[in-house]
Amino acid sequence: MAWYSETTTVKKNSKKELWVKCKKCQSHIYNTEWQENHNVCPNCNYHDSITSYERINLIFDENTFVELFDNISPADSLNFVDLKGSYKDKYEANIKKTGISESVVTGHGKINGIPAVIAVMDFRFLGGSLGSGTGEKILQAANYAYDNNLPYIVFSASGGARMQEGALSLMQMAKTCAGVARLNKKNIPYISVLTNPTTGGVSASYAMVGDLNIAEPGALIAFAGRRVIEQTIGEKLPDDFQTAEYLLEHGFIDSIVNRKDMKAYLSNILSFYSNKSN
Amino acid sequence: MGLEFENTDVLIEEQKMTDKQKSNKKELTAWEIVSISRHPKRPVLQDYLSLIVDNFVELHGDRYFSDDKAMIGGFAEIGDQKVMLIGHNKGKNTNEHIARNFGMAKPDGYRKALRLMKLAERFKIPIVTIIDTPGAFPGLEAEERGQAEAIAKNLTEMASLEVPVICVVIGEGGSGGALGIGVGDKVLMLSNAIYSVISPEGCASILWRDAAFAPDAAEAMNITAKALLKHGVIDEIIEEPEEGAHSDYKAIAESVKKAIVKNIKPLKKLSVEELIQHRFEKFSGMGKFSINQSATSR
Repeated sequence: MAWYSETTTVKKNSKKELWVKCKKCQSHIYNTEWQENHNVCPNCNYHDSITSYERINLIFDENTFVELFDNISPADSLNFVDLKGSYKDKYEANIKKTGISESVVTGHGKINGIPAVIAVMDFRFLGGSLGSGTGEKILQAANYAYDNNLPYIVFSASGGARMQEGALSLMQMAKTCAGVARLNKKNIPYISVLTNPTTGGVSASYAMVGDLNIAEPGALIAFAGRRVIEQTIGEKLPDDFQTAEYLLEHGFIDSIVNRKDMKAYLSNILSFYSNKSN
Repeated sequence: MGLEFENTDVLIEEQKMTDKQKSNKKELTAWEIVSISRHPKRPVLQDYLSLIVDNFVELHGDRYFSDDKAMIGGFAEIGDQKVMLIGHNKGKNTNEHIARNFGMAKPDGYRKALRLMKLAERFKIPIVTIIDTPGAFPGLEAEERGQAEAIAKNLTEMASLEVPVICVVIGEGGSGGALGIGVGDKVLMLSNAIYSVISPEGCASILWRDAAFAPDAAEAMNITAKALLKHGVIDEIIEEPEEGAHSDYKAIAESVKKAIVKNIKPLKKLSVEELIQHRFEKFSGMGKFSINQSATSR
């Protein structure tokens, strides 16, 4: 769990750079074209990560998004210090770098006119790791959906639980699932969208228990890391192992949906839930 | 069940530990506690079965794929309580370790556990889970059959089980593999058990770039019973004999039995609504974060 690498560099997609090199097919794409395509490679359909707010703009109708619980940020309750310094310094630097206060942005808005509550994880913030603040926001948003009888959609992008919070981060798995359990009891729709990557403690909690589990093409979705498994079994794993396509084949995903089609797909699903025809 | 394990290195190591404990009564370090929690002679679930459980009726299989021997369960009597007992079983010698996959369950194990929990719920039988695993099994077939989904499903279902759930961490509480049967109304922990989001070695190899820093990682992650009680992750510590649970099987088994019985009784008096509401509030309150730049403790 939480085996995201600290060295993960955020792709420098600054406006100064004219070209973006696709991580998968290595082709060079005009930056403007890349951005217009929402960080999806027009050549090979590789879905690169996007920020929470970019995602929200893609999903919600214009000017309908209202952010909730943005006053929540991490706390260094264990005074955790590793080789590279303190957890506190690390998350403060991440807040500065990303402009968001936790690894998830939560709120409500309308998707083609249908109201919904949403939580969108942001991989830039400590590898999208699940800390206490993350779990709190995901639970609070679930509770908001519960109280207001609104469908709940979570976009996951995470390396797993946040080691720097020890077992407190582990407990966020139980905490968020408790929120999902309440939605289930009240028959409130819960849709989980798994994006690259959704691994470790996030895949083993709220991300995998949607009424519907949807994934973006090529997303890495895994419990244990590839290297750990290869060490355990002593052999190489197939290339497509732990991809969205692999999970679809094995029955854990309802559908793989391209980023550009996601909004229409979600509103279409939600229209079935709110069906009031005779 | 006799102790067959004879390993001179272990015995020497144990003697050193004992001497150390005797010579200074200072608190053990997190890393020393890790080694006690993994002690080859540490009592495992099957020891507790033979010492404090009467009338164990083991039930097998997840009804989907297999019977996972790393996770066992069945009807059991503990003191005057009839319960559904479920837990990781590491086994006691090399052959058993291998047969039981060192207590590392596959999705089949978590699904068996859930099947038994839902059965208990239907007939209003309290559930006791015994946690002792290095982690959920990280293998190809485990991923293929949905390790993540199996654990996630258990977390979700356990949150709203309509019967009391008591969890006891007796040895290693390894991450999601432990939590997968760990959502309880009361979570108890032996004084030299550990409960952690990742193994100290795993954490060290990522954040310190070297597994040799495991003792530092163990300290930093607050994985001991004492630290976890302080942070509200567990509810109660079951004190082990001074030299560790392995030094006196009967004594620790008796303490575990008492703690289980004591904790079940008041929970049985709660209504289903109260029980579920309390459990929801308990896990809702887990974790510490900041609000508006000012740290709050919950």
